[in-house]
Amino acid sequence: MTQPSVKQVWEWLETIPDPEIPVITLVDLGIIRNVEFHGETCVVSVTPTYSGCPATSMINMDIETKLRDCGLDHIELKQQLSPAWTTDWMSDKARTALEKYGIAPPQPAGGPQRCPHCGGTHLEKLSQFGSTPCKAQWRCQDCLEPFEYFKCI
Amino acid sequence: MAVDQEKLLQFLLRQGDNTLILGHRVSEWCGHSPILEEDIALANTALDLIGQTQMWLGYAADVQGEGKSADDLAFLRDAWDFRNVLLTELPNGDFGRTLLRQFLFDAFQSVLMGRLMKSSDETVAAIAAKASKEVAYHVERSADTVVGLGDGTEESHARMQEALNYLWPYVGEFFASDDVDAAMAEAGIAPDPASLREEYDALVGKVLADATLTIPASKYAHKGGRTGYMHTEHLGHLLTSMQWLQRAYPGCEW
Repeated sequence: MTQPSVKQVWEWLETIPDPEIPVITLVDLGIIRNVEFHGETCVVSVTPTYSGCPATSMINMDIETKLRDCGLDHIELKQQLSPAWTTDWMSDKARTALEKYGIAPPQPAGGPQRCPHCGGTHLEKLSQFGSTPCKAQWRCQDCLEPFEYFKCI
Repeated sequence: MAVDQEKLLQFLLRQGDNTLILGHRVSEWCGHSPILEEDIALANTALDLIGQTQMWLGYAADVQGEGKSADDLAFLRDAWDFRNVLLTELPNGDFGRTLLRQFLFDAFQSVLMGRLMKSSDETVAAIAAKASKEVAYHVERSADTVVGLGDGTEESHARMQEALNYLWPYVGEFFASDDVDAAMAEAGIAPDPASLREEYDALVGKVLADATLTIPASKYAHKGGRTGYMHTEHLGHLLTSMQWLQRAYPGCEW
């Protein structure tokens, strides 16, 4: 096949869901930092969300599988540590999708703005940590439901 | 002038071994914590520490230049090759002691990582920038828990004071600098840890005061971990468990 454009590769990458939060894509999450061709090799730079995140190897595999399915044979995945990932890189589309899915999106204030279930604003933190490294556990005192909050880092 | 690579390696092993050994210790709580939220919090903390280990020991292996990986360094060295401070290898004890140990370590990391982010070594700076975000969460939680338990019931207060009496003599080793630290400081790679003591004492002093705990008066410090001169008897036992699979089935991979 003829070499696809970088823009085309980004479009392919935009269809890969995050393995743990499938309503957002890897591109939405902001962890794909660069795509370029070195000769025939497509080099994709990926930055980890949390250093020990067990989804990292799954994410790399998903990227490689997707690009192979799209016809690319020479793929190189580069881990990029700096600058460190920040939730500022998450797209607005992803923030909306997270809230709809029941996860409060990250806020610079350091805590959720409102309950993703009922919109209540009387909230309490249960734990700094949640079911994945990127989330914390909160509870809404209006509807009494617990919910997850995507930590702002 | 390029920095002495052997000394850089020692510095990196100290960083990676601290997070590896503490990460393993904390992971021992998995499935045993008093409540589910704490179990998840401890497992996540351990996960962050192991993730940081991957970066530190990965870089250490590159500097060593013998074609080894972070896993080789973690699983195929013996007790005398480890460079973690003794505090990290101490047994968990009860939940309070585990969280107090975590706080004493997190507080040090929060001061150190802030400085390492400005390291003249780009890789060290990048790892520290990544780790510092996680450390900020760790220290917030461990400090909260130390205050909650210290300024809690008579029983929890007594246990926390006992934990502090046991752990405090291991804090001094963080700041016991040697020629490796001098070389790092000269090259602008890392600060002399002795220069961090004042900031550390201010941070720790405030939290322990809020926790109504009394810092022991003795200045005595157990040493020998970060230099590798002599570890406690606990490290070997930890390694037999942590390294068992790689030792029994050499080269085994997931």
